[in-house]
Amino acid sequence: MLKLFRNLKPYRLLVIAVLVLVFFQSLSELYLPTLMSDIIDTGVVKGDTAYIWNIGIFMLLVALGGMVCSIGASYFSSKAASGFGKSLRAKVFNHVENFSLEEFDKLGTASLITRTTNDITQIQQVLIMILRMMIMAPMLCIGGIIMAVSKDATLSLVFIVVIPGLALAILLIARKGMPYFKAIQLKIDKLNLVMREGLTGIRVIRSFNRIDHEKKRFQAANLDLTETSIKVNKIMALMMPIMMLVMNFSSVAIIWFGGLRIDSGHMQVGDLMAFLQYAMQIMFSLVMVSMMFVLIPRASASAIRINEVLDMVPIIKDAEVLKPATGKKGYVEFQNVTFSYPGAEQPAIQDISFAANPGEVTAIIGGTGSGKSTLISLIPRFYEVDSGRVLVDGTDVRDMSQEELRKKIGLVPQKSVLFTGTINDNIRYGKEDATDEEIRHAAQIAQASNFISEMEDGYDSVIAQGGSNVSGGQKQRLSIARALVRQAEVYIFDDSFSALDFKTDAKLRAALKQETQESTVIIVAQRVSTVLDADRIIVMNDSQIAGIGNHRELMETCDVYREIVYSQLSEEEIA
Amino acid sequence: MSQKNTKGGGAPVGPGVGPGGPGGMGRPVEKAKDFKGTLRRLIRYLSPHKLLLLAVLFMAVLSTYFSVLSPEVMGRATTKLFEGIIGKMNGVPGAEIDFQYVGQIIMQLLGLYLLSALFSYFQQYIMASVAQKTVFDLRRDVNDKLTRLPLKYYDARTHGETLSRVTNDVDNISSTLQQSLTQLITAVLTIIGVIIMMLRISPLMTLIAVLTLPLSVVAITSIAKRSQKQFIRQQKELGQLNGHVEEMYTGHKVIKAFGRERKSLQQFEEINERLYEAGWKAQFISGVIMPIMSFIGNIGYVLVAVVGGILVTKGTIKVGEIQAFIQYSRQFTMPITQTANIANIIQSTVASAERVFEILDEEEEVAEEKKPVVLEQPQGNVVFDHVKFGYDDKNILIEDMNITAKQGETIAIVGPTGAGKTTLINLLMRFYEVTDGAITVDGVNIAHMKRGDLRSLFGMVLQDTWLFNGTIRDNIAYGHEGATEEEVIRAAKTAHADHFIRTLPHGYDTILNEEASNISQGQKQLLTIARAILADPAILILDEATSSVDTRTEVYIQKAMNELMKGRTSFVIAHRLSTIKDANLILVMNHGSVIEKGTHEELLAQGGFYADLYNSQFSKGGFDLEVG
Repeated sequence: MLKLFRNLKPYRLLVIAVLVLVFFQSLSELYLPTLMSDIIDTGVVKGDTAYIWNIGIFMLLVALGGMVCSIGASYFSSKAASGFGKSLRAKVFNHVENFSLEEFDKLGTASLITRTTNDITQIQQVLIMILRMMIMAPMLCIGGIIMAVSKDATLSLVFIVVIPGLALAILLIARKGMPYFKAIQLKIDKLNLVMREGLTGIRVIRSFNRIDHEKKRFQAANLDLTETSIKVNKIMALMMPIMMLVMNFSSVAIIWFGGLRIDSGHMQVGDLMAFLQYAMQIMFSLVMVSMMFVLIPRASASAIRINEVLDMVPIIKDAEVLKPATGKKGYVEFQNVTFSYPGAEQPAIQDISFAANPGEVTAIIGGTGSGKSTLISLIPRFYEVDSGRVLVDGTDVRDMSQEELRKKIGLVPQKSVLFTGTINDNIRYGKEDATDEEIRHAAQIAQASNFISEMEDGYDSVIAQGGSNVSGGQKQRLSIARALVRQAEVYIFDDSFSALDFKTDAKLRAALKQETQESTVIIVAQRVSTVLDADRIIVMNDSQIAGIGNHRELMETCDVYREIVYSQLSEEEIA
Repeated sequence: MSQKNTKGGGAPVGPGVGPGGPGGMGRPVEKAKDFKGTLRRLIRYLSPHKLLLLAVLFMAVLSTYFSVLSPEVMGRATTKLFEGIIGKMNGVPGAEIDFQYVGQIIMQLLGLYLLSALFSYFQQYIMASVAQKTVFDLRRDVNDKLTRLPLKYYDARTHGETLSRVTNDVDNISSTLQQSLTQLITAVLTIIGVIIMMLRISPLMTLIAVLTLPLSVVAITSIAKRSQKQFIRQQKELGQLNGHVEEMYTGHKVIKAFGRERKSLQQFEEINERLYEAGWKAQFISGVIMPIMSFIGNIGYVLVAVVGGILVTKGTIKVGEIQAFIQYSRQFTMPITQTANIANIIQSTVASAERVFEILDEEEEVAEEKKPVVLEQPQGNVVFDHVKFGYDDKNILIEDMNITAKQGETIAIVGPTGAGKTTLINLLMRFYEVTDGAITVDGVNIAHMKRGDLRSLFGMVLQDTWLFNGTIRDNIAYGHEGATEEEVIRAAKTAHADHFIRTLPHGYDTILNEEASNISQGQKQLLTIARAILADPAILILDEATSSVDTRTEVYIQKAMNELMKGRTSFVIAHRLSTIKDANLILVMNHGSVIEKGTHEELLAQGGFYADLYNSQFSKGGFDLEVG
C-alpha cells in the first residue's frame, strides 16, 4: 500500500498542511486539561474568580483555534485524498487502455473493473481515515504521555502497566474473532450462491419439483451462517466491556496513587484531574489505532490488486522503426503462424498459412476451441504470434503502428458491444467524421434501418448501457453497421450472424457482397449456410487447418467439413 | 475531547467502514414509505424473543445505572483529597488526607465498574442470539416465500434486485439489531441517568450543559443539508464513472479495433474531474461537522469548568463534583450525537425492512387444488382447449388456441428470436395460469393437478442450461432423487456425455464451479440432456438453439436429443430444418402470439409467414446445393 501512496507526491504540500494543522489541533486538545487544572489549583484554591474567568476565556480561544485547525485539516485532507483517488484512477485507467487482450484475459474484465472502481475508492477512504485520525492518534498519545509525565513523572509509571494491558486485551480478542470474521464472509458467500442458484435456476427447480430440496440447502446455509455469527458476536461482546474496564481501573489506580503523591506534596489536585484526562486521551488514541488495524488489511488487499494492474506491462507495443506503407489495399496473409495463449500447453493455432485478397470472401468454420476466433484476433494484432508472420497489405503487422493497422480493419466481434449513446453515435464509432448519409447507408446494408426507423427517435434513439434495450439480433446488426461505415480494407466478422434469423442473415449477406467488392472479407461462422458461398472456406480442427477450398471441394476432400455439414443440414438439403 | 473523536468517528468514513456503520453523518438517508407500519412489523419479528429482550433491557438498565453512578463516587474521592490538602495548606491541626475513606471509595468504584462491565457484556451476549435468530427467521421466511411466488414475479425483475433484498437488506437489518439497538437503549438510559445525576450536583450547571444542545442541533442540521447535496452529486458522478469504466473495459476489444482509446480516456478524465470536485466537497463539508461539534462541546466544557470553579469558591459545590460533572457532560453529549447517528441508521434499516417485507407481501401462486388428480401412468397426450392467454389483461397474446398432441408426437415451435416461444412453455408447465380455456394432459386439466406432479411429467432441456454448484453426478441425478450410480452413468452414456465426463480430472466427481465455466456450453447441454433422460418424463420441452456450441458437440447433442425424444411427446423450439420438417405440427410464432399452425407442407401451401421464412433461406441465401 505504501507503494501506492507514492502517488500522493503531487499533493505533498496538502499533506504537510494537514500534518501541521493536526499537530496544532492536538496541541490545543492537550492544552485544555492543563488550563483546567490551573483553574482548580490557582483559581479555586485561592478563590480568585477573575482568574477563573480569564483562564476560561483563554480556554475558549484555544478551543476555537483547535476547531479552526481541525476544519483546515479537513479541507486539505479532503482535497489530498480526493486528488489522490483521482490521479490513481486516471493512472490505472490509462494503463489498462494500453493493455492488449492478453492482459485482459489474464486478469479478467470483471476483476479489472472492480480494481479500477471499488478498490480505488476503498483506498481513498482509508487515506482519509489515515489523514484524519491515524495522524492524530499518535500525536495525542505521545503528547498525552509527555503532558502526563510533565505533570508527574512518577505517577506516569501507571501507564507502564496499563498500556500493555490494554493492547494485550485488544489483541487477544481480535485474534480470537478474526478467524470467525473470515468464516462469516465465506458463509455469506455460500448463502448468496445458493440464493442466486435458486433464482437463476427457478424454472428448472420447479420443473424438477425440487423446491423442498432447495429449501433444505438454503436452510442449512442459513443455519450455518447464523450459528457462526452468534459465536463471533458473543466474542466481540467482550471487547467494549473489557476496554472500558481497563480504562476505568486505571483511573482508579491514578486516583489512589495520585492521592498518595498529593499527600506527600508532589502534586496538586488540579494536576491529578488533568492527569486523569490525559490518561483517557492516551487510551482512546490506542483504541483508535487498533481500529485502523481492522481497516488496513482490507485496504491493503485492494492495494495489492491495484498494484498488480499497474505492474503489468502490456506485451504489445509499437515497433520503434515502422515500415512505410506498401500502397497495397485489402490483402491479408498468414505465413506459418503459430500462437499459444500464455501458460497453455498446446498452441491455440498451429502452422496456419493462407492468403485472402480484395473482393474475396474467406470463411472459417470449425468447432469451439479449434482456434477460429484466435486466428482472426491476430489480424488486428490483439495478440502477438509465437512464430510465423501475419501480413496486412504486404507488411508484417509488427512493423506497422497499431493505429495504422486497425484503421484498415472493420471488425464485428462475436459479442456485440454497444456503448451508451444514440444509434447515430454508435454507428459513427466506426468513423468519427461519417456523414448522416454514410450512417444511413451502413445501417441499410446491415439490415438495421427497418428497426431503427420503427424506434421512437429513429437514429437518435438512445442505447442504454450494455445495449440492454435492443435485442441480440439488433445489437449484432448495429455492430455490423458500425464496422461497415468504416469502409475498411479488411472486414472481419467473428460469428456475427448467429443471433439473426435465417431471413435476415441471408438478406444481409447478399447486401454485403455488393458493398465489399474491394475489400477482403473474413467470416467466422458456425452455420454451414453462412459459409456455403464463400470463395474460400478454411476448416479448423484442433488448432490446425483441416482443409481449405470451396464448399464443393471440401465436401469431397475434407472429413471434418462433411461431418459439420451433415450435422446441420438434412439429407435432402445437401442432396 | 478525544473521547468524542473516537466515538462519533464514523462520520467522515464511507459506508460499511468504521464503527459508525452504514450512513454516517451528513449522508443522505433512505426513508421508508411507511415507517411506523414497517417498524411495527419488524418488532413483531422480535417478539418470539420477548423474554430475552426483556433481559437485555434489564441488563442495560443495570449496566447504565452502575456506570452513571461511578463519576459521582469518583468525585467524592477527589473531593476528599482536595479537602485534605486544603486543610494541610491552611495549617489546620491534624488535617490530612483520609486515605481510609478514599480506599473505601476506590473499592466501591472497582465494584461499580466491574458490575457495569459485566452487565454490558451480558447485554451484548444475549443480543447476539436474539439478533441473529431474528435474522435467521427473516431469511427463512423470505426464502420460503420465494418458493411460492409465481414466475411472473421473477420475470418482472432482475435477479440482482431480488438478491440484494435478501442479502444486503437483511444484512443491514442484522447489524442494526446487533449493534444499534443496544446502543440506542444504552444511549437513552444514559441520557436519563446523566441528567438526574447532573441535576443533583447543580441545576445551574445542568442548564448550561443542556443549553449547548440546541446549538449543536442547529449546526449539524445546517451542515448536513449542504453535505447531503454534495454526497448525492458524488454518488451520481461515481455511478457515471463506474458505468464508463465498465463499458470501456467490456468493450476493450472494440475500442482497440476502432482505435478509440484516446476518446475514451478523454471522457474518463472529464467524469473523473467532476467526481473529484463533488468528492472533496462532500468529504470536506461532512468533515466540518466533527470539529464544530467538538468546539460546541468544548464551550460546554469551559463553561462548566469556569462556573463550577466559581461555585466551588462560593462553597455551593465540591471540587470532585466538577470533575464528575465534566465526565457527565461528556457522557451526555456523546449519546446524543450517537442517537442522532442511530436515528439515521434506524431509518435506513426500516427502509431495508420495508423492501424485504414487500417481497413477503407479493401475491402468491394460485393455491393448489384440494383434491389433486394424480396420473398413475402418464401417456403424454396434451390438448390445448380454447386457450386464451396474455401476460396482462390488455395484451392478449393467445386468443383461442386449440392444439392436440398425441403420445410420441413432435410439435415444432418456430419463429424469430423474441417471438415469445417461452410463452407456451410457461403455460404447459403452469408457470403462468391460462386466462381462459384449459390445457389437459391425458384428459386431466392441469389446473386440477398438483404443480409438482404436473411438472414431473415434463423434462426440460433449455438454452440457458441451469446447473448448480456441485458434482456432475449430483447435477445429473437432480431430476431423480435416489438414483443409483449405474442409472446416472447409463443416462450419461445415452446423452453422449459419459466420454467427456471421464476425460475431466475427477470424472463424475468433478465439481462444477459457480458459473459452471469449467466445462463448455455444449457439454453443459449434454449434462442437462442426461438429467432429463434420468428423470424419464412423459413429455419433453426442448430448445434446439445451439449457437454457441461447437459443431462436433452439436452432433452429439442432436443424437442425444433424438434418443431422448423417442416415444415421448415433445415440444421443440426448433432451429433445425430437419426437425421442423419431420414435426407432426408446426406452430409459427411472431410478436408473442401463434400466427400459423400446421404441417410443413400445409404451411408452405398457405404461403404465409412460414413460407416466407423458409423460402428466404433457400432461394436468396445461396443454398445452391448440387452436392452428393
